[in-house]
Order: sequence, then C-alpha cells, then structure tokens
Amino acid sequence: MELDFGTEFDTFREEVRAFIKGNWPPADGNLKSHENERAFVMAGVDRGYMHRSIPKAYGGSEQPSDIIKAEIIREELTKARAPAGRIPGNGLVVPVLLEWGTEEQKQKWIAPTLRGDIIWAQGFSEPNAGSDLAALRTKAELTADGSKWIINGQKIWTTHGHKATHMFCLVRTEPDAQKHAGISYLLVDIRQPGVTVRPLVQMTGQKEFSEVFFDNAETPADMLVGERGKGWNVTRSTLKHERSGIATMTWSLSMFRDLVKLAKEVERDGQPAIKNPRIREELAAIEGQLMSLTYSTYRATSHDVHGRDVGPFQTMPKVYMTDLAGRISKLARDIVENDFVDMGGERLKWIERFMISLSMSIAGGTSNIQRNIIAERSLGLPRDKSQGATP
Amino acid sequence: MNFLLSEEQLALVDSVTNLLRDKCDPLRVHKIFDALGDAQFDAELWSALCEMGVPAIIVPEENSGLGLELVDVAIVAEALGKAAAPVPLLGHSLATIAISLAGSDAQKSKWLPLLATGEALGTVAFCEGKSGWMPDEWTMAGLNLTGTKTLVPNAAEADVIIVGTADGLALVEKGSNYTTARVNSADRTRPVDTVTFDATSAELLPRGKETAAHLMDAASVLLAADSFGGAEHCVNMSVDYAKMREQYGQAIAGFQGLRYQLVAMAMATEPSRGLYWYAAHAWDAIPDKSSHAASQAKAHLTDIYLQVTRDTVEAHGGIGFTWEHDTHLYMKRAMLNWAWAGTPSRHRLRAADLAGW
Repeated sequence: MELDFGTEFDTFREEVRAFIKGNWPPADGNLKSHENERAFVMAGVDRGYMHRSIPKAYGGSEQPSDIIKAEIIREELTKARAPAGRIPGNGLVVPVLLEWGTEEQKQKWIAPTLRGDIIWAQGFSEPNAGSDLAALRTKAELTADGSKWIINGQKIWTTHGHKATHMFCLVRTEPDAQKHAGISYLLVDIRQPGVTVRPLVQMTGQKEFSEVFFDNAETPADMLVGERGKGWNVTRSTLKHERSGIATMTWSLSMFRDLVKLAKEVERDGQPAIKNPRIREELAAIEGQLMSLTYSTYRATSHDVHGRDVGPFQTMPKVYMTDLAGRISKLARDIVENDFVDMGGERLKWIERFMISLSMSIAGGTSNIQRNIIAERSLGLPRDKSQGATP
Repeated sequence: MNFLLSEEQLALVDSVTNLLRDKCDPLRVHKIFDALGDAQFDAELWSALCEMGVPAIIVPEENSGLGLELVDVAIVAEALGKAAAPVPLLGHSLATIAISLAGSDAQKSKWLPLLATGEALGTVAFCEGKSGWMPDEWTMAGLNLTGTKTLVPNAAEADVIIVGTADGLALVEKGSNYTTARVNSADRTRPVDTVTFDATSAELLPRGKETAAHLMDAASVLLAADSFGGAEHCVNMSVDYAKMREQYGQAIAGFQGLRYQLVAMAMATEPSRGLYWYAAHAWDAIPDKSSHAASQAKAHLTDIYLQVTRDTVEAHGGIGFTWEHDTHLYMKRAMLNWAWAGTPSRHRLRAADLAGW
C-alpha cells in the first residue's frame, strides 16, 4: 500500500513542468487573451499533454489512456494557473461527435471546439423537463424541402448561455413517437435572430445561467447528430475518461482549508473561534469526512489504474461532496455570526458559499436523482421507473 | 498509484473469510452470545485463527512471526467485524505490538513466539475510571502496581497483561496478585473485565513510555477496521432484507423512503473505508501523520458504526428489534467500539490538538 505516484513518473512530471515553464505565462503577460490561451493549448496538444483521448485527425493528441499521467498534467497546470484547454460545454459535445457524428461533422466541429474558437452551451433542461428530461417539448420541424430544421421552444439552466456561440440540444422531432423515441440531438448556431438568450439571476445575485428562447430559429439539416429520434441514446456517450476524481476532491480540500483559516481568524469570547470546543469538534468531524473522501478517492484511482473494480464508491462522490460543502458552509455560518447577514461585509464569500453549496445538490443531476443511481448501481436495488430511475 | 491491497493481502482476507463462513455463522455467534453465565470467547474459532497464523501477522520474523504490518491485522479485523466474531484479537494484538515495539530482548523472546502461535493469550489494561484511556491519564506507577483498570479484554483468561502506567508500559504475568471481575458488558462477543491490582509485581517494557501513544493509535486503527466490517455488513443485511421483504404486494426495496435510508447508510459507510486504510497505512509508514489519522479513523468509524446499527433496526422493522435477530449483536459491538480507547468526541478534540488548531 502506498500513496504516491511512484518514482517512475518523476521524469514525466519534470517534462511537464519544463513545458509549462517555457510556455506560460505568455510572453506579453496577457493571461486573459484568447489567442495566448489557444497558443498554449495547441502547444500542449503537440506535446501530448492535452486533449489526450481525441484522435490527431480531429485536433487531439491521441495518447494512450493513462490516469496517472493525466493527473500529473492536471496538477502541474493547476499549480501554474495555466489553461487546461477545458471548456465545460465543449467537453460534453466532443465525445458525442466522436461517437455519433458523420466524418464531415467531426472534421468541421471538433478541432475548432478544442481550440476554444467555438463555445458550446448545453440545451437539455426545460421549464417542465428537469429530472424527467425526456418530457422535453422544444420541437424541431424539417422544412418541406428537407434543407433545414425550424426550432420553437425554450431551454433553461443553460450554463454561460450568453458566452456561448453554439448549442447542442435535445429537441422533439417525432411528435407522435413515444416519449424517449421522439427526441433528436441537434447543433444550433445561437447567434441568430430566432434565438433570444436571457440571463437568469441566481439567489447569489450572479448570472451563470440563462434561459434560451427559440422562435422559428433555424439550423441546417446536416446539423442533426445521430439518427432522427435517437437523440436519447446519443447523449449517453462519454469519453473514455482519464478522470480520477482527484480534481473534484481537491476542490473540497481547498474549501476546508479556507474554513480552518476562517476559524483561526474570527474571534469569539476573546480567543480565536477555533479554540471553542464545539467549533473545534465539528471542524474535526468535517475533516474526518473529508479524509474519508480523500483516501477513498485515492483508493478508487488506484483501482482504476490497476483495472480493479472500484465497487459501490463509484457512484458516491457527488452526493458526498454536496453534503460536505453544506456542512462546511454551515460551520462557517456559525463562526461568522452576524456577518452572515451582511452581503456588503468581509464574509460575503461565505454567504455565497452557503448558497452555492445548494447548487451542487441540483446541477448535473439532483442529489435525489443521484441517490436513485446509488440505490440501483451500487446497492443493486431493483429499478423503478415510476420513481425517476435512470433509463 | 498503489493505494490498494496486494494480491497477498486479498488472499489473506479470503482465507480468513472462508474460515469464518465455516466456523462463525450467525447461529454460532448467537450461541456464544447466549451462553449462560459470564461471557466467553469462542475458543474453537480462536484456535483455528491461531492455526492459520493470524496472531503471528504482526510478530517480527526473528521472533517466529510473519513480520507483516498493522494494515494486515486491520484487514483481518475488518473481516472479523463483519462476522461479529467472538475472538480476543484486539487485546491480544495490542499486547503483541506492545512487547514487540517496547519489550527487551528477553521479554520478546519469552513472549512473542507464544503470542504468535496463540499458546499464550495477551491483553492490555489501559483505562482508569470512566474515560481515562490516554497515556497522560494513567496514574498507576512503579513495579508494584496498585489500582483498578476498566474494560480490560479477557483479563481472566490472559497469560500476560500489558498495563498502561505513569511510567510507561508494564508487563504483568498470570498468577501475579490481581483479581478480575467480568463486566456485564453489552457486547458478549468480546468480554471485558475490571482488573484490580494490589501491589502486583510487574516488569517495565524498556521503551514503554515512548511507545504508549503509538500503541493507543494501533487500538484506534483496529477498532476502526472492525467498525467498518460491522457497518458494511449491516448495510448489506439491510439491503438484502429490503429486496426480500414484501409489503403492499411488492418488495419494500421499491419504496423510495426506504431506498434513501439505505443509500444514506451506504454513503456513510463505504467512503470511510479509505480513512481506516489510511490510518493503518500511516501507522505503518507515515509516523508524523499516524496519531492524527488514528484518532480521526477511530472517531469517524465508530460513530458511523453505531448509527448504522440503529438505522439497521429501522430498516428491518420489528424483527430487527428482537433478540433472535443479528442486529443487536452488531449494535452491541458498535457500543464497545465507540467507548473503548476513548469516545469519538475525545478523539476529535485530540485530532484537533494534533492538527495544531
């Protein structure tokens, strides 16, 4: 049993470090420039450090899958605050194109997506189709000459909809077919008159999501990915990930470190809050939960690397981290006391976290839907469609 | 990254699990639990485990042992916890560790070969009063020990007792001047005694003082491992029952309220495996993290185990509340694990101190 990556990876880490040092920060010092970011990512692809699972023909670096190398690259990029070439929506559409796209679609869309020249938004959820996604109603009709689709309806919870240039969406194309069978997967340029993007203001006051309205919007017939009426299957593609779960776990760790710092900074009864036995004990209890997540993630990664079954833990990290984030933000609340209501005060970050931790229980599958998945896949409980089980 | 069990470790767990399937099914555990009079361990099972070499795992090779690590004992403890095995592994392993880390060459060569085969039974006497588990709370002193130690595993049967004292660790042999009284402990699978020493002659382990905290950490790791095994078994038992039990014309596993309860139990239990593994590994290989990890594992796992046994009763309904059902065996083991070596609350505060908060 050992926790480190093993010395055989030391050379690789040195190489990655040297590469980053030579290429980032950019010569002109402009960290925000898209051109600089693109140049860095392209150089990373040349070296085999980025877009590793994408074939060279479509702009990737086509490397053999290696969870540890991928993790080392991620760690070094994070340390240097260098771009990793990942844009959330883009990471979702590329695997779909690779599996279901025509050769022409792959050639046309993948490379510019990897470069970040196109930014994709996901158009799945609708006001009446949340967890029950297949209830979606946005419809697309093929024109009589068969040249284009005319789209009408509304999407919601579109992440960064106002930044996106294109959307991959699920639409109803076969109105007479049974629920799941009537859905198709379409690509749409959303910078067109028939599309209105309206940002949604979250309870934090921030605007990360949008509503997107289609009013006779158009997209060429060849923007259909996969067959008509097969969109539900199309969305089930995922890349052969090199993801280890370590990245998301690191996020919980850094939130916890901030909490410890807060507990040391804030005074209570004439001494740092961290000296208060109740706060101290709850802090240690949270740490116990965090350590469980941390080392079970290392265990899971090790099992992946060695081709062993991870077991029931596989489905658990998301809900576990959601609970953890809630528990962390509640202890922060107890520490800051009256500052908890002051949106203009020095503890705003923690007020926001108190709210943002809730978004984790919704985004990407609500915690209750996650629990259904854990019940079925990890505990082997019988499937139950009436209760929103995974199709 | 190799944070996983080796082929040899998997084989070890397999062979212990197979033995338990033969010799430690629930009927047998109930039989031992329900034996009239003072609680007793299962001598037949213990001797089979000794034959298999379980007590020799942590004994150094030069003292006729296998020279393996605490993590190897811990994965066996997990398997024993799963089966609620009525055997004295905890006290015996801790006595063995104490002598091999802190004993003189003479003490080692006298005791370790006997402990490795199980010819001699060892135990440890730590706690004074209701909560004096930690070395800085031990008040008995000198080479003539006087005082009382509580919750001592199988002191009546033990051939050698390692006693925590203000001077470090002392060794007391069977036949010396002490008396034992079996506690009417909830957990009848692992009997404990109150031991009264009265000018009892003892010998010190030369490196006892500096080993005491590390020894307590080993106790925490083994309790955490046992707790994981027990909690995981309770989750599995509850899941199986939900699939089989029918009400309103269907298996109750179909009811979302119960499903979410089962998920909550599994979510509390499964990820904690990594924590107990880490605590065992840190004890073996990362000295500066070892105490903190041990306290965290002890606090987290024993807390979860006790809660999961409560949830298991709920998941089973009335049958889970009966003496004939297995659940109470596990709940009572969880109760001992919770208290023994210090409560979760005390260990969390210790972890906070060790973290430098």
